Formats: sequence, structure tokens, C-alpha cells
Amino acid sequence: MISFFNVSKVYPNGVNALRGVSLQIETGEFVFIVGPSGAGKSTLIKLIFREELPTKGQIYIDGRSVIRMRSRDVPYLRRQIGMVFQDFRLLSDRTVFENVAFAMKVVGAGRSEITARVPEVAKLVGLEKRLDDYPTQLSGGEQQRTAIARALVNKPSIIIADEPTGNLDIDTSWGIMDCFRDINEQGTTVIIATHAKEIVDVMRQRVIAMNCGQVVRDEQRGVYANAT
Amino acid sequence: MYTPMPLRKINYIFQEVFRSLKRNSLLNFAAAGTTAISLFVLGIGMLLMINIDQIANTVESNVEIMVYLEDDISENEAHSMEPSFNRISGVKEVVFVSPDEGLELLEGWMGKGSDLGSLSEENPLPNAYKIKTGDPREVGAAAAEIERLPGVDNVRYEQGVVEKLFALTEWVRIIGLIVIVLLAVSAIFLIATTTRLTFYARRKEINIMKYVGATDWFVRWPFLLEGVILGFVGALLAVGVLYLSYGTLTMKLQQAITFLPLVTDSSDMLIIYGILLGLGVLLGAIGSSISVRKYLRV
Repeated sequence: MISFFNVSKVYPNGVNALRGVSLQIETGEFVFIVGPSGAGKSTLIKLIFREELPTKGQIYIDGRSVIRMRSRDVPYLRRQIGMVFQDFRLLSDRTVFENVAFAMKVVGAGRSEITARVPEVAKLVGLEKRLDDYPTQLSGGEQQRTAIARALVNKPSIIIADEPTGNLDIDTSWGIMDCFRDINEQGTTVIIATHAKEIVDVMRQRVIAMNCGQVVRDEQRGVYANAT
Repeated sequence: MYTPMPLRKINYIFQEVFRSLKRNSLLNFAAAGTTAISLFVLGIGMLLMINIDQIANTVESNVEIMVYLEDDISENEAHSMEPSFNRISGVKEVVFVSPDEGLELLEGWMGKGSDLGSLSEENPLPNAYKIKTGDPREVGAAAAEIERLPGVDNVRYEQGVVEKLFALTEWVRIIGLIVIVLLAVSAIFLIATTTRLTFYARRKEINIMKYVGATDWFVRWPFLLEGVILGFVGALLAVGVLYLSYGTLTMKLQQAITFLPLVTDSSDMLIIYGILLGLGVLLGAIGSSISVRKYLRV
């Protein structure tokens, strides 16, 4: 469903973020992207999301070229992808319900759809009792769950998370990861860029390890780092 | 490509606009206030300008040429000369002034009490013409040409004064125009700065909208509408204050200096107020679309 062919990215400031990356992610997979800071994880995600365009190479999502896509079609690509960030990116002046509903309003959903769907997603991430609270009243884990609910609400086929547990303690992180596993079990492709070694090592999912802009390891049921 | 907007989208846009107007009330107040002050000053400039223009026009159009004919020309001969004055380029109005009328004019200028009464028995004044040109600028040239006509003894107009007046009104117009342009530019600058602040406060929201797959126009609409509303409110404020203060001011001024030809014609004023309102809306729209463009690039 996501294919990279020999993709390179050089930023205008000269940073060579990706060097000839090729990879394939199938529908329904659960993938960890690991590697040190600056390895190219975030760039990889930005390319899938078409926040950036590659300098060289081809990227296909669902058989469509992301590079040749007209910019007015980009919003529709993004509706297929739910994004979750390390810093949650919630609107602090809106309740949990409004934050999640915001994503639906943006794609033109009606009131009745929203009032039916938002509680449903909230339940999926375990927030059904916090719908009327504002982000500042929530714990970090709850804020991230709100962000996940927002990413999920439009039923995307792919969820991408960039360091989703980077601001959370380990217990909370586990809760978030369980949440992602539930989402994955319902058929959504999940891609997580992370530093959380202990989680990656326990979950034993596919691991794509990156370093200096290249894929250095790609294995099913992998771990964070090879014991050498 | 334009696709018709479903009602719920319009509904959404209005919801967002009012939410934003309410939540960012301080910034919005600043934006509308800036617009109001800028347009108010601009409006003062425009009002000053049309008044100066009107005064200048009045003064200019009062410039006339007095043509005194030779003493031995009879009234009939004098009348027969009228067409030759009319032929001179630039001449718009030719009025015959008989010696009696000339005396009346003199009395008017010098006052009844003066010792002119004795002259009425034997009026020494020649037949004369009062001539106005269409464009006061042509007075000098027309006067010179008239002077060369046979039978013309003497031509008078306020020489130096006319030229000085023209130089003055010309300068006043140029300076007025420059001031208005400067004011308009500073208004745009102030409004752009304020809207940029509003956007800076909301960049996170725009960013999230883009991430969840909002189209550019979907992001733009509420901001555009908000800008238009703020611009309009600001302009309305400016026009209201101008309307009240200008009305009072002209009334007081005209009581003090009765002959001052101020612009009080309501249709002229309506045009200026209309321009200000239109400018407010335009500035709001331009300001907000310039500022939002930067944040749409995600």
C-alpha cells in the first residue's frame, strides 16, 4: 500500500535526510521505524504525508504517485492518513469532543454524523468519560489519546505516529501502544517512529531501522537494536 | 475548480467565524480599531482634500477679466464686438457692462458712502466687458489676445494674484494627494500587521486543519470572512465618527465664516463614506488572505 522506490531527500539547507530509500509497507501492517535522531524517520513520515516532496525517487500510496499528485488532491490523500504527534497538537480552547469533531467538520461531516461518531471513537481510545474536558484538564496520556481519536475519527486506512510516546512515562506509553495495537487489529495500517526501545523489543512487530538517511535493517518480529 | 458549497459547510464557516471573533476578542478589537483609526484619518484627509479643491475651484472661477473699450466707442459698436470676444479660445462667459453698471460695480467695491455720487451726472466710465474663461488657467493668454483686438483700450485682471493662486492650489492638491496615499499605505500596513498577529495566534489551528485534510479554501473562508467583517466594522466606526464630527464642524465653520464654500452636499459625502466602507472590506480581505497564504504551505 505504501511503496518507496529509491527515494532521496535533500533539504534546501543542504541536509541530506534520505539516501536512496526503498521500502514496502502492506495494508494492515504494524511497523516501527527506529533509529537515532537525524536518521531520517521524520522525513520519511513527511514524505508519506506529502508535507515534503522527495528530491529523487518515487512514492506510491494505494497505487497512486504522491509526487505527481496535484496539490489540490493532497487534502484527500491526507484524509486517508491519520497523524499523531509527540506534542499532541490539540486545540487548548476546545473540549475533547470539539477537538475530535474538528477533524470531522474539516472534511465536511454533518452534525448527526459527528454526534454519532465522536463518542464511538472516544470509547475506542478509552476517553468516553472525558469528552467535555479541556486538554489542560487531561493527563499527557489522555491528551495523546485525544489526538489518536482525532486521527482515527475519519476512518483513515493508515495511522502514522511520530514519537507518540516521546513526552510520556513508560506506563502511560504502554497504554498508548495498546491503543495502537487495537487500531491495527481492526485492519488499519499503523506506522510508528519511536525511540522507545523497551516497547519495540516487547511488541516484536516489523522494525525498519534507519541510520544516516538509509534503511539499515528491516525485519519482521524485530527488536530495537540487534544484540551484537 | 469551483464546486458549490453544501449548506453545512457554510454553517461551519459561520460557526468558526463567530467562535473566533469571540475567542480572539482582544486581537479582533485591535484589528477593527486599527482599521477604524486608519480609515478615520484617511477620511479626514479625503474630506480636507475635497474641501480644499472646492475652495480652490471657487476662488479660481471668480477670476475674471475686465475689458475697457476705447472712449469713443458707442454702446451699439460695443455690442457688435461681442462675437469677437467669444471667438477667443478659452472664453466661456462674456457679459457687457455699460458705464452705468460699471459705476454700480465701483460703488459696490468702494462702498456707497464714497464720493462717487457726483460722477453719475457725467459718467466717465467707458463701455466694458466682463469676461470669464472656462479654465481659469487660460486667463493670461485670453487677456493678452483681447488686448490686441481693435477698440480695446485696457484689459485688467488680477495678474500676479491669479498666478500665485494657481501655484498655491496646485501645491495644496499635490501635497494632499501625497498625504492621502501615505495614509492609505500606512493603513494597509497596520491592518496587515494586526491580521498577521491574529494568524500567528491561530497558526496551530490552521496547521491541524491541514493535517486532517482540509482543503485550502476550507481553511481560507473563515479567515477571509473574519477579515471582511473586521474591516467593515472598523470602517463603519470610522464613518460614524467622521459623519458626526464633520457635520458639527462644517456647521460651526460656516457660522463663523459664512462665505467659506465647504462641501456639505450629502451625495459627495456619501461617495466618500462609501469609498471608506469599501476600503475597509477590501483591506480586511486583502490583509487576511495575504497572511493566511503563509500558513497554508504545509
